[in-house]
Amino acid sequence: MKRHSMIPSPRSIESVAIPAIAFLLAMALFGGFCVFWGAPFWGVFSSIYRAGFGSWYSWQNSLLRAAPLMLCGLCTALPARAGIITVGNEGAFVMGGLAAAAAGLATQSAPAWVSLSSMAVAGIIAGGLWIALAAGLQHYRGVNAVISSLLMNYIAIAFMLQLVEGPMRDPGSLNFPATYPISPSHQLGRLFNSRVHMGLVFGVVASLLVWFLLERTVWGMKVKVVGGNSRTASLVGLPLGAIILTASFIGGGCAGLAGMVEVAAVHGRASHAIAAGYGYAGILVAFLSRQSPLRIVIVSLILGAVIASGGSLQRDLDLPDASIAVFEGIVFLLILASETLYGRFEFFRDTRDAF
Amino acid sequence: MNKSSQFTRRGFITSLTMAGTAAAFAKPPLLKGVEPPLVMGFLYGGPKNDLGYNQSHADGKQRLTSLPFVKAIDESNITETVAVEESMRDMIHQDGARVIFATSYGYLDPFVLRVARESPDVQFFHCGGSYREGIDPPNIGIYFGFIDEVEYLAGLTAGLMTRTGRLGFVAAKPIPQVLRNINSFMLGARSVNPSVSMKVLFTGDWVLPLREAEAASSLADQGADVLTGHTGSPRVIVQVAERRGIWATGYQFDQSVVAPHRFLTGAEWSWGVVYKRYAQMIHEGKSVTNGTIPRRMTGTLKDQFCRLSPFGPAVTPAIRNKVAQVQEQLLNGSQTIYQGQLRDNRGRIVVPAGKTLSIEDPSLDGMNWLLEGIEGEVKYL
Repeated sequence: MKRHSMIPSPRSIESVAIPAIAFLLAMALFGGFCVFWGAPFWGVFSSIYRAGFGSWYSWQNSLLRAAPLMLCGLCTALPARAGIITVGNEGAFVMGGLAAAAAGLATQSAPAWVSLSSMAVAGIIAGGLWIALAAGLQHYRGVNAVISSLLMNYIAIAFMLQLVEGPMRDPGSLNFPATYPISPSHQLGRLFNSRVHMGLVFGVVASLLVWFLLERTVWGMKVKVVGGNSRTASLVGLPLGAIILTASFIGGGCAGLAGMVEVAAVHGRASHAIAAGYGYAGILVAFLSRQSPLRIVIVSLILGAVIASGGSLQRDLDLPDASIAVFEGIVFLLILASETLYGRFEFFRDTRDAF
Repeated sequence: MNKSSQFTRRGFITSLTMAGTAAAFAKPPLLKGVEPPLVMGFLYGGPKNDLGYNQSHADGKQRLTSLPFVKAIDESNITETVAVEESMRDMIHQDGARVIFATSYGYLDPFVLRVARESPDVQFFHCGGSYREGIDPPNIGIYFGFIDEVEYLAGLTAGLMTRTGRLGFVAAKPIPQVLRNINSFMLGARSVNPSVSMKVLFTGDWVLPLREAEAASSLADQGADVLTGHTGSPRVIVQVAERRGIWATGYQFDQSVVAPHRFLTGAEWSWGVVYKRYAQMIHEGKSVTNGTIPRRMTGTLKDQFCRLSPFGPAVTPAIRNKVAQVQEQLLNGSQTIYQGQLRDNRGRIVVPAGKTLSIEDPSLDGMNWLLEGIEGEVKYL
């Protein structure tokens, strides 16, 4: 048994190989798209590589963009392991940011660490409850969580705008409605003199924690049973509702934490600008990673680099600003299409049980 | 496997590697003895072809091609988050930009402030923001235009064209910049048509084309026969007017292409004038950091920071003459648009009788009211 676990099973190779091939195919199609716009095929990829990984300078850019993607990816990945597909990442992100801003402003007189911890807790709770609500609606009321959580994104943004332009508005923010700023001493710092902020640490640690919860605890086993076959799970007496809700709460909490980082490390206040679209990119990350927390770290980094290269594609190769969105769209389509390929290839079949 | 196919594959891989390496190390050829160009970087919050605010800036940047010493680079659709910081840094460190124009309002605080502190030898200019003396870094300048007078002229055209006496205004947010345009449009219309009324609908954000179309349709249903708007781009509002067979005036950029029959005129920006002036000053060695370029550079119709869009075919020569005549009065200073007494739509006196506010009066920057005759509500201001 032990020796077996050292060798990756054909199944797990399949779950890396299929998305990887889909991603490469998407890159090739995107290259074709760029050639259509008059850019050189290989020039596009060398430009992406240089802008994403070419130097420590560009690495920082990629890491900065990867941090929120990791947390937002977990928001879809973890509930998915319990059988609930949600796309409410953007909503959870915004609610987390809003709650964090409120908590931060309420604790301006407290020491920085107290204020920052309460911001993080507020962000996690707000984002967690938001996704747990969507999951609960599906589990208890039969409302499809994909649709409800997508619509809840709009509700979250509208709610945030209402508060930021109304009761929570800093009267001094005349032409740019926003909350009062959080004092710089109460904001999240940068890592080792770089441009990268603490959000990256949160993203990596959260991914490792979620991996640990899923793979090394009884609770994680239960989540996977519920997600694998909910009828079996209820037959063996697992509390379905509680497991689905906690998994969704933790997933949503990750996106909420990303919202907190956006407020505490990037904007220093809440405004309409915190809905920057990281949530939607997080859905892509989760699907590319096949809902695996460790792969989310890698995939976020790759996607972060691609997003970071958007500027050079515009300035160096004169490609349209929507190029990166086109790329993400192609990737997403191919990943969804590749979902139908699992189990169809003989060489990915697990034959070891036959020994 | 035969020899030739092996050779082909190896050749293929080799050529790939070479192409990659060549692309990675390719640098533009060095021009000896030629003064390096002044690199100016422009950042826009939306697409360059929005027929609106972003296109007005991209158009301004394009006009710099007439200055041989400038190399202008730009990037569009940059969200107001770390993305804009990183784009500014890339322009500075990779493209050698010495001047940055950040055109979206939300870019200033904290993004321009942060990058300006990192790069004290680069000059940053932000469109429309407010600078805090003694707090913000010294290498930041602010530029903006007062477009109220142009809105006044557009409103005047609307007031002369309307048959129903009802105008419709679709606005993004009830913030001072928007309220100034709504009120000056109304003042223009009322100056020639005292019984005119106007309804304002706020959509809530800068770019919500669907909601803008709904709002415009709803205003048309309620009897408005001239529509206008202040959003990122009032393109869809103008389109709805064309489709419904009523009139429209534009804003930000010339939208006549989407309404060839129903477009009257509009208030549009003329940033090329501003960007050329900055380029000229910086070329002469001036800088905002040492005070040789003013901290705030603002301008009006007279300074050509903004202008009236060319008239559409429906506007009769008589109306064109009238508008030209009032424009002349605004330009020679014999007419001002904010003249007391003015009441807001809740009955408060907002400009007392006998008082005249110049268009550059700072008290107008805190505007939180809608004129009487305007149906609409400003909350939380």
